[in-house]
Amino acid sequence: MPEQLAFALEVTANGLMAGVLYALVALGFVLIYKASGIFNYAQGVMALFAALTLAGIMDGQVPFSHLINAVFGTDVHHFGWNVPAFLAILLTMVVMIALAYVVQRLVFRHLVGQEPIILFMATIGLAYFLEGVGDLMWGSDIKSMDVGLPQGINTWIDETTFEVLGYGFFIDNLDIVASIIAALLVIGLVMFAQYTKQGRAMRAVADDHQAALSVGVSLNFIWILVWSLAGFVALVAGIMWGTKSGVQFSLSLIALKALPVLMLGGFTSIPGAIVGGLIIGVGEKLFEFLIGAPFLGGATENWFAYMLALIFLVFRPQGLFGEKIIERV
Amino acid sequence: MLYRESGDFSSTYAEDSQTFPIKFDRYRYYFVLFVAIFVIPFMINDYWVNSLFLPFLIYAIAAIGLNILVGYCGQVSLGTGGFMAVGAYACYKLMTSFPDVSMLVHVLLSGLITAAVGVLFGLPSLRIKGFYLAVATLAAQFFLVWLFNRVPWFYNYSASGQISAPERTFLGINITGANTQAWATYLFCLMFVIFSAYVARNLTRGSVGRKWMAIRDMDIAAEIIGVNPLRAKLTAFAVSSFFIGISGALFFSIYLGAVEVGEVFGIQKSFLVLFMIIIGGLGSIFGSFAGAAFLVLLPVVLKIVGVDWLGWPTDIVAHLQLVIVGGLIIVFLIAEPHGLAQLWRVAKEKLRLWPFPH
Repeated sequence: MPEQLAFALEVTANGLMAGVLYALVALGFVLIYKASGIFNYAQGVMALFAALTLAGIMDGQVPFSHLINAVFGTDVHHFGWNVPAFLAILLTMVVMIALAYVVQRLVFRHLVGQEPIILFMATIGLAYFLEGVGDLMWGSDIKSMDVGLPQGINTWIDETTFEVLGYGFFIDNLDIVASIIAALLVIGLVMFAQYTKQGRAMRAVADDHQAALSVGVSLNFIWILVWSLAGFVALVAGIMWGTKSGVQFSLSLIALKALPVLMLGGFTSIPGAIVGGLIIGVGEKLFEFLIGAPFLGGATENWFAYMLALIFLVFRPQGLFGEKIIERV
Repeated sequence: MLYRESGDFSSTYAEDSQTFPIKFDRYRYYFVLFVAIFVIPFMINDYWVNSLFLPFLIYAIAAIGLNILVGYCGQVSLGTGGFMAVGAYACYKLMTSFPDVSMLVHVLLSGLITAAVGVLFGLPSLRIKGFYLAVATLAAQFFLVWLFNRVPWFYNYSASGQISAPERTFLGINITGANTQAWATYLFCLMFVIFSAYVARNLTRGSVGRKWMAIRDMDIAAEIIGVNPLRAKLTAFAVSSFFIGISGALFFSIYLGAVEVGEVFGIQKSFLVLFMIIIGGLGSIFGSFAGAAFLVLLPVVLKIVGVDWLGWPTDIVAHLQLVIVGGLIIVFLIAEPHGLAQLWRVAKEKLRLWPFPH
């Protein structure tokens, strides 16, 4: 059945694109986990917060306008200007760095040395907090985001595949752009970690906190740096997902999708996050196409990734590329 | 002056090892029970029951269940919502298949069914630890919710995909459906709360509970001194899911009456119960109650203050609630990682010496 095969190929291609976006979110997790041992559940909400802030700034909204109106009985909502996308992205980045500073200063500095699971729960608390603050600042209505990324069907791929296979693939331009940006981001992050002074310090902290501290690396600075980087990755992910499906609460749920990606790839490995993302992206689309939709009543995408990761972990608890877990009494 | 153990002599082992060894504490406990059973049912109306007492009692059971797994055995689970859904759907299937059997049996059986499902999803915990396990339990959460949404047998092929509780009785009194009395539903739930707390308290201070705690504190060391991790972890999953299943069954049949699974038993519910035990105190039965009471009361109080007194729009109050809950979680983890239960212990310690602390 060449037609079935063509469908399956198209599904795979779309799965790869979705996988890149998952990998993008997972990357933020890996960065923070490697440098500070914190499993940052709030990564998805950070993406939502970044996207909300970007949309709000571009639109010229007054932050906390609903709250201000409710408390003082005023009626402010917009400054009345539109900020160009480039400037708005810079401003959002400033906000994310400020957030990194505040989070580090007020929360995680006080939790140094606690058990990892306590830190994990603290990030769940942080996720709720940020979600509430994001909604209070910019309102909870669905916002559209347009920073000038191309959207819609890629006609070149459509025509070429039609000529070769007799069936035109539907692949969104946005997905292609997202993949390219994600690839650039990964290369950039690896270069940063390998060749800059701060990057080396970051790896040193990841390797051994105390040794890094004793040769004069400032842990505080590195952690703020790492949270800012994670904020930056969150912003990129937020722009991609926001452009794709609007800025709304469900954006924060992509964090949950990134978790099985991480488990599959291993928490400590950047290539693992990417390979894991691709496997999950392709796997869930193909499973839905081949088994889920025809036999199980559809919507298997909701749980397939978790089940895959669960079964995989039973056989290889450290994930594909994770460091081998050695336990001592 | 209060909570003073002087003059309180135990002459038998049983007296020495009772749950409330201090006389004042014991009488206070009897007093609370007396008020809960004989005073509150005569004073409450539908509003109080539906907005405060039923959610508090039912969440308290769920929190006790999760606390056994997370607080005592150290296995973090994010699948609470899914397991509550198992309890609810088991109860629904039982209620509709055997209409003449008492609700008591249905609820207990739903608990047992949930325990079996819990053991099944607990099996990976033998290989997977820490966050990996937390994420693996998400598989249970999403898979179970999907299952109840997609397989029509579970909701008896109803057109809306919802399940709604038919009228069923306990000792001849209506406790589910439309024609219920406030006191009847309250007492029915209270019975299960007392049962759960009693069982949980005594399990956790016996050999089973000690094994759980050994596993929590360091599982390899526990294995070396002879604790079987397979049995300890699976019993923790079973007991925990049993209570969570009971709470799910009550939540559906007594409290809500009709349920749409994705909305009611979604991932948010898992986090809510987890927050209850963090705020209340990990590894404490009292903490489960305190946390449940706190998180049930908070939205009600915020709504009264924000919407009724200050006249703010409801969505702002809802967002503020998120901020406050998230902030509180962080504050508690930093300032008092053992939660409200620890504050209570400190208060008791202070009261012992009051008013002459030196």
